[in-house]
Amino acid sequence: MTRFERLRLDGVTRRFGGVDALAGLSLEIRRGEFIALLGPSGCGKSTALNCLAGLLPLSSGSIWRDDTRLDTLPPEKRGFGMVFQNYALFPHMSVQKNVSFGLQMRGVPRAEARRRTADAIRLVHLEEHARKLPGQLSGGQQQRVAIARAVVVEPSLVLMDEPLSNLDAKLRLEMRTEIRRLHQALGLTTVYVTHDQEEALSLADRLVVLRDGRVQQIGSPEEVHTRPVNRHVADFMGYRNLLPGSADGAYTKINNTGVRVKGTPIGSVSDGSPVVAAIRPEDVSLTGDLEATVEVAEYQGREIAAEVRTDDGLVLHVRTGQRHAPGDKVRLGFPPDRLLIFPADAS
Amino acid sequence: MSTATVALRHRLAERGVDTQMLLLVPATVFVVALFIYPFGYGLAVSLQPREGGMLAAYQGFFSDAYQRDTIMTTLWIALPAALLNVAASVPIAYRMRGRFRGKRLLTTVLVVPITLGTVLTAEGLLNFLGPAGWFNRFLLTTGLTDAPIRLTNNYWGVFFSLVITGFPFAFLLVLSYLSGIDPSLERAAATLGAGWRQRFFRITLPLLAPGLATTFCLTFVLAFSVFPSAILVGDPSGSTRVISIAAYEAAYVRYDYAAASAAAIIMGVVELIVIAIVLGLRGLLYTGSTAGGKG
Repeated sequence: MTRFERLRLDGVTRRFGGVDALAGLSLEIRRGEFIALLGPSGCGKSTALNCLAGLLPLSSGSIWRDDTRLDTLPPEKRGFGMVFQNYALFPHMSVQKNVSFGLQMRGVPRAEARRRTADAIRLVHLEEHARKLPGQLSGGQQQRVAIARAVVVEPSLVLMDEPLSNLDAKLRLEMRTEIRRLHQALGLTTVYVTHDQEEALSLADRLVVLRDGRVQQIGSPEEVHTRPVNRHVADFMGYRNLLPGSADGAYTKINNTGVRVKGTPIGSVSDGSPVVAAIRPEDVSLTGDLEATVEVAEYQGREIAAEVRTDDGLVLHVRTGQRHAPGDKVRLGFPPDRLLIFPADAS
Repeated sequence: MSTATVALRHRLAERGVDTQMLLLVPATVFVVALFIYPFGYGLAVSLQPREGGMLAAYQGFFSDAYQRDTIMTTLWIALPAALLNVAASVPIAYRMRGRFRGKRLLTTVLVVPITLGTVLTAEGLLNFLGPAGWFNRFLLTTGLTDAPIRLTNNYWGVFFSLVITGFPFAFLLVLSYLSGIDPSLERAAATLGAGWRQRFFRITLPLLAPGLATTFCLTFVLAFSVFPSAILVGDPSGSTRVISIAAYEAAYVRYDYAAASAAAIIMGVVELIVIAIVLGLRGLLYTGSTAGGKG
């Protein structure tokens, strides 16, 4: 493994026909870290990964591994491992050959290559499938081959491009644990691209939230989850209730209603300025004093997710363990520490 | 006690017999009328020579070196031409896979010769490569040679003609086979440390090989039945006396229909042998999906 302490991205920018797909991504990745690049589709996260892998040239900026400049090297010289969204297994090669390909390309002696290939295949529990072609494997097995192929070369950095998006829900959970387990067991440094906030929160040590090619927030899962820096991150992190309003002293007046709520301002909110009040459905309490009627109730196991409407027409999403049916009256409350107030104009 | 009988229609559908089979009718009629019947007729004619036993026409063909050698002559032109067409298509198609500006124009330029027809090509070749053509005039004027190089009315004339008309065909086929190979495979190979040479020879070429075999067979068949250019820009009584000329002479010069049919049948058999060998080798290759996994 190439020993390194830090991998530094310095203003990495990629333009496609005058449009910034990725604008000035600066990030320092420490060895052993698990970084998730998170954002909606088209936010530039895959572009960032491809730039890092060397599959896309940068428009400007640079990438450094300690004191080695990487962005001028072709992908085959960077020593990274990559897991592709569609796995990109070589269809004409057996599992074994797929896994040993990278070792062969690096000129690892045959005996050692055989041993390491066998180890990697054992690691992903595919011993009895080693001689099969990828086409004979299930999606989850193919996924594991792709991971084994990427980690067998002991890359200084493993790049994963939405590796779980083609799997069914149950397998996705299993493989998620598997990826985190491998990351810890092998001491990998991983950059993981996903649009699934839950996946990112559960896997990563640090999240990089992107929107329109720009970094919105970099922080630990907890920071991003509980203290999103702007309304867009909040929207993406599950703050489903985004209520436009205006600041009114310590309170926020929600537009077109008589509702006044008290929340925690994030950023500078001046009196009278337009704001957005954000709260997660699960944080809305049903023991307050704002009257509302349940309109839609979705059964979700222990909880129901309900859409409710207040008397002056404000629609809110709530989650509750109580059994409510459409037509029921509920009383809503907003815990001030869970209700975040963002300046409305911040992009 | 009696089990309900399933409708006949459903039982037939189970075995693949349904009304959609009617879609096969036009093609079947064409194949029978335009291929199987003439083929059977030709075979029958070849077995009824004017004199001698049933196989006399075939014996005549193989005992006469002037006829027999046409097989090797034709193979000697068709195999290298088909091979060159396929081999030249690969690097060009490889460079042209994916999207880039001007791709359509370039493809058009490369494919236009397919529309020209052999006669026009032959005329062009005579004008350009002939003894008094531009090419030789250029060589003579610049003093690179002191006598014109003979590139027409011999083996090379026919060879060039086959390359000009056969290349676009091979190129189009190879390009479509190449586009079918998932580009992420090469990118995966690159991240695993493979340089372009290894990516091409270890990943792309093995996946492309079955397509190349098919392309080779098709261009070979086109080249093997060469007739007009063998006469127009070749040496039809010598080095380019191909098997179709032998058949033509038998039919319309000697009016020996049995011999002509025998030559035609032999031509078909030789083609079949070559194709069988190539497809047999193709069977040894990986011929499955060229996608990298679930899409």
